[in-house]
Amino acid sequence: MHPVIQVSGVRKTYGPTVAVDEVSFEVNDGEIFGLIGPNGAGKTTTMECIEGLRTPDRGTISVLGLDPFRDVYKLQERIGVQLQQAQLQKRIKVWEAVDLWSSLYRKKAVDGENLLKQLGLAEKRGAWFMNLSGGQKQRLFIALALINDPEVVFLDELTTGLDPQSRRTIWDLVRGIRERGKTVFLTTHLMEEAERLCDRVAIIEHGRIIDMDTPQRLVDRHCPERSVVLATDDPVAEERFRAIPAVEAVTCNGGRFTIRGRGDDFVTEVIRCLSENRIRVTDFRTILPNLEDVFLKLTGHSIRD
Amino acid sequence: MMLRGLWKLTWIEIKIFLREPLGAFGTIGFPVLIFLGLGRAFARGQAPSSFAATGFIRVGLPVLASILISLSAVLSLVTIISIYREGGILKRLRATPLRPQTILTAHVIVKLILTACSLALMVLAGKRYYPVGMHIPFFSFTIALLISTWSILSIGFLIASIVPTARFAQPIGAVILYPMLAVSGLFVPVASLPPALHAVAKVVPLTYAVSLLEGILRGDAWSTHLSDVVALAVVFVVCTGLSAKVFRWE
Repeated sequence: MHPVIQVSGVRKTYGPTVAVDEVSFEVNDGEIFGLIGPNGAGKTTTMECIEGLRTPDRGTISVLGLDPFRDVYKLQERIGVQLQQAQLQKRIKVWEAVDLWSSLYRKKAVDGENLLKQLGLAEKRGAWFMNLSGGQKQRLFIALALINDPEVVFLDELTTGLDPQSRRTIWDLVRGIRERGKTVFLTTHLMEEAERLCDRVAIIEHGRIIDMDTPQRLVDRHCPERSVVLATDDPVAEERFRAIPAVEAVTCNGGRFTIRGRGDDFVTEVIRCLSENRIRVTDFRTILPNLEDVFLKLTGHSIRD
Repeated sequence: MMLRGLWKLTWIEIKIFLREPLGAFGTIGFPVLIFLGLGRAFARGQAPSSFAATGFIRVGLPVLASILISLSAVLSLVTIISIYREGGILKRLRATPLRPQTILTAHVIVKLILTACSLALMVLAGKRYYPVGMHIPFFSFTIALLISTWSILSIGFLIASIVPTARFAQPIGAVILYPMLAVSGLFVPVASLPPALHAVAKVVPLTYAVSLLEGILRGDAWSTHLSDVVALAVVFVVCTGLSAKVFRWE
């Protein structure tokens, strides 16, 4: 694996506001890399600097060995871009947009009709942009981002504002892009999206990257806690739970216990305790931390705040 | 390659324009109807032998209508550019290898075609329904109008560069452009304006457009209006240069 995107020490200010500061990371060939953080954290600014739409004040960026500022037209031939909250002309038809975009690139475009079919837009090819649903618009923008058979695809807040079902459809499409051997760089403020899609993520807040790794390793590193929630009416249960070595806290609320501990063996130990003491349970759930918890731990606030 | 993109974009923009409700009628049909209506009203109200009346009907009104056609094309450009900017369409196009100039050129071409079509319709309708008929050197007059429109379009770009939101684009454009008509020499000859307004007329680009159009309509040779063409070219260069500096893509 070699990096297709290299970002080093990038800083970008708008007047007195520092949007992005000392941002450095690499994106490897063929992976889905996610830049995650709340709105206004600097995700879009970082992405647009890499796409050549903005010029950083400091730092260096290289994409496919090109400088996004100096070689912007060469770069745009080889990347596909979906912008946050972009629109098209209200009354442009779906096929016209695809046809127009395929005429903008020097190299031969992929078959537009085929692309529309793959994205489930074939029956909408004659519809005006303004009459498409949110999910259809985003799929059209994916089509436009793929029309030049790009090596790297940039997706900025692709599923924001979509219903859960359209979101899942889009996720499958993005995985499909990776399977065609392309590198995907995306931003999102949805932790579930990052967890399900991304091979690696970088967490950004206030313009700085605070950590970067695979979602699983980030969780393991920052949130090793595990919880088991179970329901039992056994009177000695609480005492037994407290005796488990890996347990850190036990709380009880009318027969529902929440048992907290840490480490990979924790859940196994709870199960062993239940079976050895023949404690009868009517409910049993494990709660594993996710990226949402990692974010909370690292920043002290929820990503939604 | 870029020519292919330019042609595609121009063609699609024409189609989109025709799909707008009132698009074609509002910008092409309406000015022509006004022109014919005014012409007939004037002809009825004035003694046909009155020299001033026929002068206005023969030269003034066709030039006024042509200028209005041109101004409506410019206002439509200002509106479209600001809507495209607000909707992120300009930015999305800029994220392709398409050169920024190509995007703007496509819109200028669309507006010039629109102006030429409106003019053709006006002349055709005028031949049949205008009280005195339309006897204009069609080719020269079209060229003169396209040069004028091209120059005024650059003012449009400058306005489009500075209007804050799409909602204000049309009114701000109208407030800047229409008052220029008053001192352009169309209603009162520039020479008989009060000295203060005389100076204003000298710097208002429409003055040169009116002078050129009236001259060509009367059958003057191009050589007698070189200064007008040069003035319009200067306006184009200055406004294009300024808007290149201050134009915002998003």
